[in-house]
Amino acid sequence: MESISTPPATEHVDVNGVPCRIWRKGSGRPLAFLAGHGGLPKWPAFLDRLAETHEVIAPSIPGYPGGLGHTKLFSHLDWVLAVRDLLNGCGLEDGDTLLAGSGPGASFALEVAALWPHKVGRLALIAPWGLFDEAEPMTDPWAQRLPELPGMLCADPENWNALKAAPEGVNSIEWPIEQTRALEASARAFWPLGNSGLERRLGRVRAPTLLLWGAEDRILPCSYGERIAAGLGGPARLEIINGAGHLAELDKPAKVAEAVAAFFA
Amino acid sequence: MKHLWFHLMPYTELPDDFREHNPSVWVDIHSRLFDPERAHHMYNDFMDEMEFAAEIGFDAVCCNEHHSNGYGLMPSPNLIASSLARRANPETALCVMGNSLALYNPPTRVAEEFAMIDCISGGRLIAGFPVGSPMDTCYAYGQNPSLLRERYLEAHDLVMRAWTDPDTFAFNGRFNQQRYVNIWPRPVQKPHPPVWIPGGGSVETWRWCAEMDYVYCYLSYFGYKAGLQTMQGFWEEMKRLGKEPNPYRAGFLQFVGVAETEAEAYELYREPAEYFYGRCLHIDPRFAAPPGYATEATQRAGIQGQVATAALKNRKALQVSKSAREFDAILDNGYVIIGTPDQVADKLQRVIHDLRFGQLMLLLQFGNMDKQLANYNTRLYAEHVMPQLQDVWSEWENHWWPTPMAAADRASPEPVAYSSLAAE
Repeated sequence: MESISTPPATEHVDVNGVPCRIWRKGSGRPLAFLAGHGGLPKWPAFLDRLAETHEVIAPSIPGYPGGLGHTKLFSHLDWVLAVRDLLNGCGLEDGDTLLAGSGPGASFALEVAALWPHKVGRLALIAPWGLFDEAEPMTDPWAQRLPELPGMLCADPENWNALKAAPEGVNSIEWPIEQTRALEASARAFWPLGNSGLERRLGRVRAPTLLLWGAEDRILPCSYGERIAAGLGGPARLEIINGAGHLAELDKPAKVAEAVAAFFA
Repeated sequence: MKHLWFHLMPYTELPDDFREHNPSVWVDIHSRLFDPERAHHMYNDFMDEMEFAAEIGFDAVCCNEHHSNGYGLMPSPNLIASSLARRANPETALCVMGNSLALYNPPTRVAEEFAMIDCISGGRLIAGFPVGSPMDTCYAYGQNPSLLRERYLEAHDLVMRAWTDPDTFAFNGRFNQQRYVNIWPRPVQKPHPPVWIPGGGSVETWRWCAEMDYVYCYLSYFGYKAGLQTMQGFWEEMKRLGKEPNPYRAGFLQFVGVAETEAEAYELYREPAEYFYGRCLHIDPRFAAPPGYATEATQRAGIQGQVATAALKNRKALQVSKSAREFDAILDNGYVIIGTPDQVADKLQRVIHDLRFGQLMLLLQFGNMDKQLANYNTRLYAEHVMPQLQDVWSEWENHWWPTPMAAADRASPEPVAYSSLAAE
């Protein structure tokens, strides 16, 4: 992961009475990014690139690093409302928001766009969760041997390892617990198959949508992207990112940021 | 001292090269390894063994629940217990260890089936309520690891109320909503059968058992050496909570092999032990830790424990391997205790006092042990080991043992001979 010159500004908003971290960096038209599986324990190079052209707002979904309160959420509606409250807490209440996301975060972005179509202007989504295809089942992200997990999530396992390695000087007990909590948060919302019933709501999404898919995604096959694109109620385009895995934003930060920025321009 | 004879009901014919060609004995073990006609014989042998144990004087026979598991053929322990309630010695308690509450929908099913067993047996049931392993609950049964414990606790509250509330009531839980809860039958034992909780070493479970006045059972396959720290932690917590140190508050599981001589014991129990630790515990680690299954307090304690252990590395701390598969290492690490009756009794005397427990659960059939050897082991234990331990803890009262109907008031099931019926 590239080193960064300036860290993002940090603030917190309450969701269900529990604080969630919000990172902001850059200037320009605001865009929000909802993180993928594992969350954002560190500010990633991908968002740094986007911050060159946009004000990037990265709110932490409850349970992800920087966000607590996942244990207050029980139904999928609870989760979707929490994400909406989170976006509102970022000041993105008025509509036409540029909304980006990855994996579970991308799935929640689609839910928000389906339930409150006026809130979302455009969607740029990396491998959204929420569907299950028996012919090509989603790989179980919660049943992987630890040494194999990085290679399941990223084309280059070192990209995951770099995101998840404890920085010098952090609490060595709390850091791993925070990383496990992030995996738990995804599990809590999407266990056991990743299927939230999103497919039935896709037709409600009117916002133009760019779907980005790592050519080497070992969690969700690209066919899920085609199926989502076909189900969406608005215009949609699927773009394959060569050399990238499920977390394409970690494997190919410049390429993914460029595609998102171009779509949001 | 109570002696409970425990059966896991392992499939006894996993191939010699099982480890090499199969990723896991649990969750995704392949069905081609299962021969139902061989299982017919296994089940019947296992139930014969349990009936034999009851007949020869064990205080209880125990069974438990596993799913998609090559070493535990009891997805429904209640089926086994109901058969034992009719066929086994009527003086023997029936310990179902137990029903994983979060897996039943609605959980009143557990209240009903346990009440049936308690009625059929005349009040001899011990009701075990495990959370259940990750493999059983989260993977084989698809339960959400992040919600499992809440679901378990809610199901517990529902079952207890279903047993004790005399009136039909509405249950408005988060996971279970029922307008009319009113189970028929009701348990014989009042207010309800004794409740035992099998658990790992989490402080939360210890506190909950203390608060509810339940028996805590540490059911590990790794024996007394690995169990020492956990049981010491349990008793420290009981002391901190001001609970009297009644040893019957605690149960512990131990593999034992008894023979006439030490050499014979080594010869007889080597293969079944290596079968169990080599094949039955060959579990794919990808099914070991679904995120959210372990509470954050437990994770924190685990990480702190690792840090502390690392600091003690040079002092050859209480590190017990949990991966031994060769018989000598299995014995060295204390997973299995073997020897003559006197040797086994001496060893158990020490273990019972060091770990402090009054409910001793014994695995005398393990791995691919056949009925003949299981019964031999059971007989030697009952006739020569048990008498030496009978008086341990006689100064304490066991408040957590079934209180059945008086023998004179109970039904006595008549054995039915098929041939005599045919003749009528």
